[in-house]
Amino acid sequence: MDLISIFSLAGNALISPMTVGYILCAIGLAVHFGYTGLLNFGQAAFAALGGYGFAIATLDFHWNIWGSILFGLLCSMGFAAILGIPTLRLRADYLAIVTIAAAQALRFYVGSSTAEPITGGSAGLSQFGQEFYNLNPLPADLTFNLGTVSLTSGEVWIRIVAWAVVVLAVIFMFALTRSPWGRVLKGIREDEDAVRALGKNVFSYKLQALVIGGSIASLGGMLFVMSSQTNQPSNWGTNFTFITWTILLLGGAATLIGPIVGGMVFFALMTLIESVLGIMVDAGLLPFLAVEQVAQIRFLLVGLILMLLVIFRPQGFSGNKKEIQFNG
Amino acid sequence: MANEIAIGAAAPGCKKVDPILIADGVVRQFGGLTAVNVEHVEIPRGKITALIGPNGAGKTTFFNLLTGFDKPNSGTWTFDGKDLAGVAPFKVARRGMIRTFQLTKSLNAMTVIENMRLGAQKQRGENFFNSLFKFIWKGEEDRITQTADDLLKRFKLDAKREDYAGSLSGGQRKLLEMARALMSKPTLIMLDEPMAGVNPALTQSLLEHIKGLKAGGTTVLFVEHDMHMVRHISDWVIVMAEGRVVAEGEPGVVMKDQAVIDAYLGAHHDTDLGTMKKGK
Repeated sequence: MDLISIFSLAGNALISPMTVGYILCAIGLAVHFGYTGLLNFGQAAFAALGGYGFAIATLDFHWNIWGSILFGLLCSMGFAAILGIPTLRLRADYLAIVTIAAAQALRFYVGSSTAEPITGGSAGLSQFGQEFYNLNPLPADLTFNLGTVSLTSGEVWIRIVAWAVVVLAVIFMFALTRSPWGRVLKGIREDEDAVRALGKNVFSYKLQALVIGGSIASLGGMLFVMSSQTNQPSNWGTNFTFITWTILLLGGAATLIGPIVGGMVFFALMTLIESVLGIMVDAGLLPFLAVEQVAQIRFLLVGLILMLLVIFRPQGFSGNKKEIQFNG
Repeated sequence: MANEIAIGAAAPGCKKVDPILIADGVVRQFGGLTAVNVEHVEIPRGKITALIGPNGAGKTTFFNLLTGFDKPNSGTWTFDGKDLAGVAPFKVARRGMIRTFQLTKSLNAMTVIENMRLGAQKQRGENFFNSLFKFIWKGEEDRITQTADDLLKRFKLDAKREDYAGSLSGGQRKLLEMARALMSKPTLIMLDEPMAGVNPALTQSLLEHIKGLKAGGTTVLFVEHDMHMVRHISDWVIVMAEGRVVAEGEPGVVMKDQAVIDAYLGAHHDTDLGTMKKGK
């Protein structure tokens, strides 16, 4: 592997639909945690519901693409309501416990044989994106070369759509966070009793934030599964949630572009580390590592980077230290 | 001595000429401890009433109960003639009864002006769907900002307008919290130890601000445990000890009340320890 192919891979990681999927989940998490202070450790479930909702509506209900998107959104909104109504009146930590548990329960359920007729069990669902790719206006024989990485017409199409969704999400977030509505959320993050004492219905705002952040994450989930047209329970483990958290904290929790910067940096870095380590192993520079261990070891290095970041730049790349920083 | 606040003689639980808040049989127990046990108390409208008492008298707990932040074991109370027992804190605030906290709750990672804007109630832009369209709430936001700037000037915080609330001193945060509470033009403002942790120079200006509230037509109820601070500004004093109202009256009179002295200093503070020993 030469330098050009290393950078081509990293460049593709910057813009891939998977990266966008995580970015949207991190934007949703910014609504939850960055602006409202809700500790949601089940973002994977919101994304999974988007992916499954879309796939099930397409495959089982034979709905068109718009109906399927709407169904995916409704699934995650319903999930937000079910989680939020009993827990949002309680202290912040209860939401954390309930969301992480509910996300795991959901993942085991969709992978179980009971749910198999609908969700496809552990094999998951596939081939639900035909209509999406039929909408592709680009010529079918188009190829786009990103260094040594070659993208087909469909792959370019999903990247365009994915980034258009990101732009819309950022505009949406911009409108929300500059408004008095966003101000109430920030107030709740700082001290919810103070906001209560000023006559705001804190519970209602927290529920709205949970639903909106969850909806953005479910759009991310749909794009995530759309690129490969496969949706499996193993996509939505706790590591999905924690990568989302890493991206958010990397970029800055209460910022508009933080999740985008964080997501791009995270995946470019993962790809670079994997390539560089792979080359070093091939050259015999790392005799204690086997090629197949490289993918695992990069998570260690990312963990180290995250630790250094939290110690030396807790507000993330684009955060304002006075406003919010990760202080555990 | 005649007074125009109470009907008849000043006594614990006495009737007022024009009460704004009336509480009956409010009891709050924490396990075996009865923190608050107020049989009857009335807060006069348009006056500054001080709720005083030694540490652990139940003043703050009583505040929390009245504003819905804590639930009593039993009891009812009305505000402006309407029943207020069991009403959620944010609804209490919407009815015009705004409180502050003993441990100041300035929203540290927000600027002073944003803190102030948050204090305004019934904002159209606080509705999710309206919030997306600036033209809906722009005019309202300008009016709110104007009110906020006027208040900041009054409380001499205008120079700190764009600073984060977390960078203010303790005393300035108290001022900010009070100014923020005024954004909604409350009928009754309840200040929980507004003077705690404030340096003497600022205390004087805080006292002036509290007097200013009354001049503006707001009823003030504030908690304080320093009796001498209270004397300067309050029209009426209610003394609590061990959860009960033990005395009421005008400040000059109530300070001399035997029940008050007992509450603060202990009933046996005059007793010679020597005689106690002999008596044994």
